[in-house]
Amino acid sequence: MAFYSVFDVIGPNMIGPSSSHTAGANVIGYLAHQLAPDVIAKVTFKLYGSFAKTYHGHGTDRALLGGILGYRSDDERIVESFRLAKEAGIEFSFVPDFSETEVHPNTADILMECKNGKTMTVRGESLGGGRARICRIDGVEVDFTGEYHAMLVIQNDRPGVIAHITHCLSESKVNIAFMRLFREEKGNIAYTFVESDDLIPEEVVPAVKLNRNVHDVVIIPAI
Amino acid sequence: MNFRNAKELLELCASAGCSISETMIRREISEGETDRETVLARMDRALSIMKQSANSAISDPKRSMGGLIGGEAKKIMEHAAAGKSACGTLMAKAAAYAMGVLEVNAGMGLIVAAPTAGSSGVVPGVLLVLQEEYGFSDEELRNALFNAGAVGYLAMRNATVAGAVGGCQAEVGIASAMAASAAVELLGGTPAQCLSAASMVLMNMLGLVCDPVGGLVEYPCQNRNAAGAANALVAAEVTLSGVSQLIPFDEMLDILYAVGKRIPAELRETALGGCALSESACGACRACGDGVL
Repeated sequence: MAFYSVFDVIGPNMIGPSSSHTAGANVIGYLAHQLAPDVIAKVTFKLYGSFAKTYHGHGTDRALLGGILGYRSDDERIVESFRLAKEAGIEFSFVPDFSETEVHPNTADILMECKNGKTMTVRGESLGGGRARICRIDGVEVDFTGEYHAMLVIQNDRPGVIAHITHCLSESKVNIAFMRLFREEKGNIAYTFVESDDLIPEEVVPAVKLNRNVHDVVIIPAI
Repeated sequence: MNFRNAKELLELCASAGCSISETMIRREISEGETDRETVLARMDRALSIMKQSANSAISDPKRSMGGLIGGEAKKIMEHAAAGKSACGTLMAKAAAYAMGVLEVNAGMGLIVAAPTAGSSGVVPGVLLVLQEEYGFSDEELRNALFNAGAVGYLAMRNATVAGAVGGCQAEVGIASAMAASAAVELLGGTPAQCLSAASMVLMNMLGLVCDPVGGLVEYPCQNRNAAGAANALVAAEVTLSGVSQLIPFDEMLDILYAVGKRIPAELRETALGGCALSESACGACRACGDGVL
């Protein structure tokens, strides 16, 4: 059984009104922002289930966008996120989708278009109590909560890439806690998450990128 | 050091000769692999947010995002001050603080979920009014939050605190049990009395459904936070007078969970029944144009 801290009961400290529709939505936006391959220029949020029905009254829209701006669930700037995003030159829109019903009730897809032309779409689910997970990246099913310090490697699914990644990490004295590769089909694009107890140093990024099958590497500090 | 139910918690308190709050602090340090200073500082921060949210609703009231609530706490404080309070200033202020936190929550302000955002007014409502009336220090209040946390932890572990799973009895009901237990410790009760008060609260809130108008954490949630605070204070009063309960907390928690599972889905946070389906509620939702329901 998972450990319940007293701060899971007296907490989280959060911007209201809902731990699932506001705080959890914010975590989805925040994790998306962490996974983005470059500076975000434009973002489109597709909302499903209960998110689609009640997003305005729960401030789900402001919370998601606040996450994209890098604000955490207890950051009062979330309320002003529309204005702050405009000031930062980020275009944003929200599209409720009532047709898709085969999803977790509190789900959002976030399409991020970056300054360098790269795009990434992540799907997140708000799990209650202000917790959330990323369950899809560009259509590939993944499972990421941001609980540990992590590194995402976007790569071709070819022999030797994993060995290369672990070699680079070992050179930088990183102790791997968990490592998981997610892919849709053999030989296509794969997403590898490496999780560690300590922050993974930036110096690993250029080293991992030396392999020609690696497209992108993103360091993600624990949430 | 850990405990799985109220019985084990009371055994730990008895063997170490300490309060529920101190036992919960020790559990957090050992199981959470941290130190006392960090744990206490985090709870100090929670208390400070609770105070700020309760007070700001009275000094600077705001309309909620959904437009269903706003300004209630200030009205109650003003009425209590006018000298014709129906239930005395202590209870009136507890209601004002509890409802005030919900106003701040519904207006996208900073609150502490305790145990949830929808029930976040109950614990601060009770503790802040006791501090005001009896002059408890911030340190005593912060310790009382660990006592409340112990009760909430048992509910999370052995039942549920999600309205979608167990109805409002699992949210405001558990929040009220947490507040009652903390109040009993603050006012000098024993660990057994704390859990007896918590048991009485659950009994009195048993079966309460979750039926938020428009699916929003506003109405009747705000009213129920006031009721939860009142319920906690009544249970503390009864318990501190030496009245004990036939049914212990562990059994009451099992009962609450069993009842929660039998509440139909329409009455578990889906806004498909109860108050949410009333003619007036549906009219209000159309009027605010949120596109819900």
